[in-house]
Amino acid sequence: MAGGARRLILHFDWTLFILVLALAGIGLVSVISASYAGAHQVLDPLVIRQLIWIAAGVAAMLIAVLVDYRVLEAYAYPFYVAVIGLLIAVMISGHATGGSRRWINLGVFHLEPSELAKLAVVLVMVRYLREEPPRDGWGLRHMIIPFILLGIPAALVLKQPDLGTGLILVLITITLVFVSGLNLRTMLVLAMAATLAAPLSWHYLKPYQRQRLVSFINPQADPLGSGYHIIQSEIAIGAGGPFGKGFLKGTQARLNFLPEQSTDFIFAVFAEEFGLAGALLLLTLYASVIARGAWIARHARDRFGALLAVGLTAIVFWQVAVNVGMATGMLPVVGITLPLVSYGGSSLIAMMAAMGILISINTRRYLF
Amino acid sequence: MKFRIPKSNRPVPRLEPRIVALTVLMFAIFALFSVRLYYLQVLHHQENVELADRNRIRLQRMPAPRGLVFDRNHRPLVDTRPSFDAQLVPEDSDNLSLTIERLERYTGGDHIADKISDADEEGRPPYEPVTVAERLGWQQVVALETHQLELPGVSLQITPARHYPYGELAAHLLGYVGEVTKNDLIEKTDYHMGDEIGKFGLERVWEGFLRGEAGGQEIEVDAVGRRLRVLKEIADTPGQSIVMTLDLNLQQAAEQAMAGKNGAFVALDPRNGDVLAMVSHPAFDPDIFGGGVKASAWRELTTDPNHPLENRVIQGIYPPGSTFKIVDSIAGLEEGTLNPATAYNCPGGLWYGGREYHCWRKQGHGTIELHDAIVRSCDVYFYNVGEKLGIDRLAKWANQLGLGAKTGIDLDHENPGTIPSSAWKQKRFHERWYPAETLSVAIGQGYVATTPLQMAQVAAEVANGGIRYRPQFVKYVEGLDGNIAKSYPPVIENRIKIDPDALEVIKDAMADVVNGAGGTAHKAHLDDVIVCGKTGTAQVVGSNAPVGESEEEDKTPDQFKDHAWFIAFAPKDHPTIAAACIIEHGGHGGSASAPVIHDVFQRYFQLNPPPPKPEIARVLEDSPPSQ
Repeated sequence: MAGGARRLILHFDWTLFILVLALAGIGLVSVISASYAGAHQVLDPLVIRQLIWIAAGVAAMLIAVLVDYRVLEAYAYPFYVAVIGLLIAVMISGHATGGSRRWINLGVFHLEPSELAKLAVVLVMVRYLREEPPRDGWGLRHMIIPFILLGIPAALVLKQPDLGTGLILVLITITLVFVSGLNLRTMLVLAMAATLAAPLSWHYLKPYQRQRLVSFINPQADPLGSGYHIIQSEIAIGAGGPFGKGFLKGTQARLNFLPEQSTDFIFAVFAEEFGLAGALLLLTLYASVIARGAWIARHARDRFGALLAVGLTAIVFWQVAVNVGMATGMLPVVGITLPLVSYGGSSLIAMMAAMGILISINTRRYLF
Repeated sequence: MKFRIPKSNRPVPRLEPRIVALTVLMFAIFALFSVRLYYLQVLHHQENVELADRNRIRLQRMPAPRGLVFDRNHRPLVDTRPSFDAQLVPEDSDNLSLTIERLERYTGGDHIADKISDADEEGRPPYEPVTVAERLGWQQVVALETHQLELPGVSLQITPARHYPYGELAAHLLGYVGEVTKNDLIEKTDYHMGDEIGKFGLERVWEGFLRGEAGGQEIEVDAVGRRLRVLKEIADTPGQSIVMTLDLNLQQAAEQAMAGKNGAFVALDPRNGDVLAMVSHPAFDPDIFGGGVKASAWRELTTDPNHPLENRVIQGIYPPGSTFKIVDSIAGLEEGTLNPATAYNCPGGLWYGGREYHCWRKQGHGTIELHDAIVRSCDVYFYNVGEKLGIDRLAKWANQLGLGAKTGIDLDHENPGTIPSSAWKQKRFHERWYPAETLSVAIGQGYVATTPLQMAQVAAEVANGGIRYRPQFVKYVEGLDGNIAKSYPPVIENRIKIDPDALEVIKDAMADVVNGAGGTAHKAHLDDVIVCGKTGTAQVVGSNAPVGESEEEDKTPDQFKDHAWFIAFAPKDHPTIAAACIIEHGGHGGSASAPVIHDVFQRYFQLNPPPPKPEIARVLEDSPPSQ
């Protein structure tokens, strides 16, 4: 495969690779800001760990590039089953923080299987939807299998509870079903059903989740309670102004007015210190990744590759949308990481591996 | 090697429209974010900056140390000392009730839990300390220091506290400070909760000079309220000092002479109206008001039947009794109805309007002239003087001398007293004046009411030949640089021309009251200075005893004893001190009040030896600093 390796290097997608590194770099800078506690300690252990995760993530990405993505077709279901197993394991003996069980303690590493669940759902959906749909598109009966494939991990994730990942699983499934050719009439029926079901879901929300929804609709109703997160995040972003307060000069983060500042609210940390200019740069980088992902999807050599590219890009997009929407007060508080930027090993490595697969799809459109 | 797949030949053409649609949707959402970011970061930037700063910056006021108060010789009368207060950060204590229990044991304080809940109700942010015990004594400070480990969250804070080193000395004049009340805060916008404010006396009237300007700190706190660092510090400006006209030594002598007695004493400099000493008894200790007066102590002060909070010198109104005969004399001499040779016969009483008006001496004084009438305080003589004058002319001269009106001293709640006249009676009782009532007024009874300060002014006016100065007790305000920031030159309220010969008659008579045969105040006699004075006895309502004017001890029970007056000045020529004293239920002026003035004058002339020649005396006078 000497020729293959050579071509691999020749057609390597440097654009996407550099975009991913740039985002990880912004992530590192933001984690430094978020964990900064004063001049006496610049490098928090958190920063060191994030560096290690980035290194591991780059390795995972390159390995993913080397692997022919078509192999994944075969591994889709086994991987899916394995992830379901991990999610069940989390339920039984997971490591709990802040009221939810999300992690499996692997000694050196706390694995968060819900991060893998996103990849697993994308793979298994694409595996199922790679078949050409009938002329008039997928009908309702074709949606039974995707519904089950989504339902199992989604239920397990919601049980943790991890509303954010559950939401992302639903959104990427909808995206893939839509792109792969859902009948528009069926789409309408499903949308109506979802609208009718929405009020019922209120009963399945935990009290804190209901509170978040109320706070989202009116943050001032309880400014020191659950509305606090939204208000403090908006203040941080707004106080950043056009050009930001400067690196390490954000007070909202340093003085801990921001909740979950190295993970869920890292966008606010970055926007406070680097302002509108920095925030727009960050959004532009994400937009570039998405544009690149869409381009790869359109140029993929087969339907599986194209849909896989769409699915992986959708993970990035929806996480950014939910995270930034939440930080800017446009969406209710849902715990979700900002892909490639937020602190966290599982999230970063899984996301970089996903980007590796995307590069692999792009690289292999030339290899027959 | 590089080749492009033509667009039409793309492997997945069927997916393309929806991928494009999806991409458009994604970009649209990003565009929405950009608008939102512009809204937050550009349109509402300033507002959010303020909110972020309000989050993290807490303002801490640091009250300025209050200015000091000195006597005329620059000896401190009021100062500011460091006081130890105990503070508690409830969040730092893992077992709050136990900490409170121990704290109450070591400080002897109570209601600490209430103080914390009060502070929380007023919106205390977390980690903000609550002052739980103020002005701790040395024992308590040591107890807290040694048990520090058992008291998590407790710290000692040193704050400047008002201190009155001489306790009750001149308490009514100096006044006291206390915590600003909610009502004060409504009108005084530059004050804040917990600030100290002058409440009474000099502390209240000179508040603007004494207070200074508070400094402050901007403290950065984190989200839970822990104090991290001081961002900005504004230094305070200490208050300016007040130099009083009071003489500490003289005041001490007066306090000692008044010890154990209820009443008032005030000494003035007849040359400029300086208050040299002022005592009102019973008094109070101004220190108990600092750091939040205890409810029990406050109740004790306000319900005490002897009214210790009242400044009797300006608020106490008493019938002037025979001291008023000086006013009669001046009025008569000025109106021409009286001259030194005017003689009346005193058979022991006077029949007037169908009833007999007694002289205090039942056997009478015989036929006497003005001099003897003053020396022996003959009532019948002055019934005649009053009758000749009529009430309105008498009232006019009493008013000229400053009676029936506020003296204008810079203290609150001064009582003007009462000088009756026909118009006054018409207005007050809608009744005409009966000439017989003039007789009572002439001997300082009836409707007449005066304050000790007014009577001291009468003595000063006789002493200086008719000039009424406004009584002042502050010489100057001393700026922070030690220079005079504001001075208070003498203010002349009124000037009456008393015929020098007539004045000399009154002065001679007053000298003989103290020094002559038959005088009523021998107890005020000094060996090397001629003291001039006049005794008086103010009848207490309900007392049946005759109004007496002897030096003999009164044997009636205390609560029915009359109030004893004595007004005086000295030396006879070129007087430098004038005073009035009243002892409540003291009996006769000569026996109860004259000794007080004797003691104070004796001390005064020890401190200010009378000059051998009157000419030199003018030079040696300590004149106000503004001149």
